[in-house]
Amino acid sequence: MSDATPAFAPLPRLRLTPAFLIGATLVGLHVVVGLLTLIWTPYDPTAMTGGRLAPPSLAHWAGTDRLGRDLFTEIMIGARIALSVGIGAVAIAAAIGVTVGLLAAFASRAVDDVLAATLDILIAFPTLLLAMLIVAASDGASLGTAILAIGIAASSIVARLTRILARRVLAMDYITAARVSGTGWLGIVRIHVLPNIWPTLIVNFALQFGLAVIAEASLSYLGLGAPPPNASWGRLLQEAQATVYTAPFGAIAPGIALVSLVIGLNLFADGLRDVADPTRRRR
Amino acid sequence: MSLIDLAAVSFAYGRGRKVLDGVDLSIEAGRNLGIVGESGSGKTTILRLLLGLAQPTSGKVTFRGAPLDPRNRPFMRGFRRSVQAVFQDPYSSLDPRQKIADIVAEPLRSLNVETDIDAAVAGALASVDLPPDAAGRYPHEFSGGQRQRIAIARAIVSEPELVLADEVVSALDLTTRIRIVELLKSLSARTTLALVSHDIGFVALLCQDLVILEKGRIVEQGTARDILSSPKHPYTQRLLASTPRLPEFA
Amino acid sequence: MADLLTIENLTIRHVGRPLVSDVSLSVAAGERVGLIGESGSGKSLTALAAIGLLPDGMTASGSIRLSDREVIGSADRDVAGLRGTAVATIFQEPLTALDPLMRIGKQIAEAVRRRAHRDGRSVDVQAEVLGLMVRVALPDPARLARAYPHEMSGGQRQRAAIAMALACRPSLLIADEPTTALDVTTQAEVLTLLETLVREENMGLLFISHDLPVVGTAVDRVVVLRAGEMVEQGPIAEVFGRPRHPYTLGLVEAARAFDQAIGAAL
Repeated sequence: MSDATPAFAPLPRLRLTPAFLIGATLVGLHVVVGLLTLIWTPYDPTAMTGGRLAPPSLAHWAGTDRLGRDLFTEIMIGARIALSVGIGAVAIAAAIGVTVGLLAAFASRAVDDVLAATLDILIAFPTLLLAMLIVAASDGASLGTAILAIGIAASSIVARLTRILARRVLAMDYITAARVSGTGWLGIVRIHVLPNIWPTLIVNFALQFGLAVIAEASLSYLGLGAPPPNASWGRLLQEAQATVYTAPFGAIAPGIALVSLVIGLNLFADGLRDVADPTRRRR
Repeated sequence: MSLIDLAAVSFAYGRGRKVLDGVDLSIEAGRNLGIVGESGSGKTTILRLLLGLAQPTSGKVTFRGAPLDPRNRPFMRGFRRSVQAVFQDPYSSLDPRQKIADIVAEPLRSLNVETDIDAAVAGALASVDLPPDAAGRYPHEFSGGQRQRIAIARAIVSEPELVLADEVVSALDLTTRIRIVELLKSLSARTTLALVSHDIGFVALLCQDLVILEKGRIVEQGTARDILSSPKHPYTQRLLASTPRLPEFA
Repeated sequence: MADLLTIENLTIRHVGRPLVSDVSLSVAAGERVGLIGESGSGKSLTALAAIGLLPDGMTASGSIRLSDREVIGSADRDVAGLRGTAVATIFQEPLTALDPLMRIGKQIAEAVRRRAHRDGRSVDVQAEVLGLMVRVALPDPARLARAYPHEMSGGQRQRAAIAMALACRPSLLIADEPTTALDVTTQAEVLTLLETLVREENMGLLFISHDLPVVGTAVDRVVVLRAGEMVEQGPIAEVFGRPRHPYTLGLVEAARAFDQAIGAAL
């Protein structure tokens, strides 16, 4: 059984499973739409372009909101906001989380114990609650504070994962060999630790991305997200709440947008996981 | 001339029991040393001390007469270049995501050795009988024995004076093992070897001098010939008697 | 005398690729047979097939008779009845066979109870456990019975695993690299123990190892496997004394090289 598949392959090729393709397509669609809004939208998002709470029609694919604005335009802009929140929050979570996680992994036993306990406590707080506290403690609700809050809240999870993954790598003989070769700690991180943990981290980032999108929608729904006119899906949902019986499409349309992006991200992450985690790779 | 000396070295983790207790040994240039012990003998700790990866609780570790000081960077750079190591598990000692060329070149790059790196890597791979095209491949493409050759190539690329080898053949098949022994034998013309192992037969094939460890103490040391032909300490006698040998068949 | 285990023309395939081809061997009561090979030789697979525990996705063809029952093609529950009665197995790493959360005495007791239940007899479990621990030369059995596996040394754990195997009163013992994880001095003791037990209980022993000198001292007959194929088989004096196949000769010469280094002085 010695010629079984090795535990690690250098740079595993993406296998295009149907789930991964569906996920990538959904995410890609949102990205295209989000980028498109930078140069073009069907209507001016702030203009009242039709009757109030109009049902979907050829002119207004998703109908209009209670001020007569085109809902499809708002949902398209919502995609851009969701993606920027996801990218921003994951970037912050990655920067803080990977740094803290690596520090903990390299730290002395005592420092590591303190860091690990702190992370465990932070993780016990729901991301949303933590984000709400951070938004409440800052000057006021804005897209920036929402991104910062969600990013910081997610960083504890990234930090804990990084710490575990890095510890596993640091226990390998090739780290001892690197020390004997005179490689310093920074070199060890750059040459050995990061390349060996990034596949798993990337998968986690994709999952964190989806969670960040949901968290931002929730914050906006609670009125703690970006103020108008940068309408996020959460705000659209909240605005549609009062009229959900008379104009259900005002809630359904942003709901579909939110769910399709999150499902897409999760399928995408699962597909990546199959590649990154050799134990899940089938023949 | 001695390369590394341990003088009255003891080692304990925290306030725990002593893993090593009053160990004196020296590695002489040109004389391969075998450090033999079973689990719990402290041989792994000795290896870490010899490599400067751990500091003794008491006693001194010196390289060419000067104490090993991790804070003295220029000194440590010279030490690292002169003292290299090969480890037991060839599956864990090579970074799976690095190409062989980068793995073998690591000591040269990390120690800023001014040399033609590609040529040095090619030379090291040739010394361990691996084809030149191995440089562009990844560890998982190689068998256990070949991986151990790659690890040996990394250990000799900086042309060290001493190579420490930790149980380098115990994870290998018998036929592969004997080929690695041949390789190490040919290398000992260029560098001194210190072999840490539980396997007295392997060590005896390559070493002029032996140190026998039991529970953190040296129970016997001397030339391999003397110790193998007339072991003095009861533990050495038991170790030799326990080592399984293929019976002679008439 | 009837063979305890007869393997005839065993071929094991995985996705069409043969891992073991056309292997035949037999073990009779009181006989010690070695299965020797390097990694990838298929020696452990052969042993797993013999007790009907091939990993999923592997198929066996040929014939394996264990206590006069055909293993290949039988439902697992039929073969399962043989494991722990007709045949017991010990592995390289006893920790994998021992429950880390159960005191060692209790684990042996369970094996004793299971066997007594199958035979429909009642036994003094406590006495039998202590008896078994004495038989495998575990020191201070009364105290050690209360120890957890992690509190014991590697050699003690392997002795405990042997005690559990003995509790099954098997007619055939399969030992897969039973001393590879042990220190040399402990290995010698465990090998002596196995030899004594096999002789006294008149068990059959199938001893699987990569280690020529160990096999050379532990068995009477040996089967040499290489890349899933049988290279040579016969009494050890013949196979190791006058190897006919170049592969066996290479193994013997390699082993002799290490032996000579230690010197024949002892």
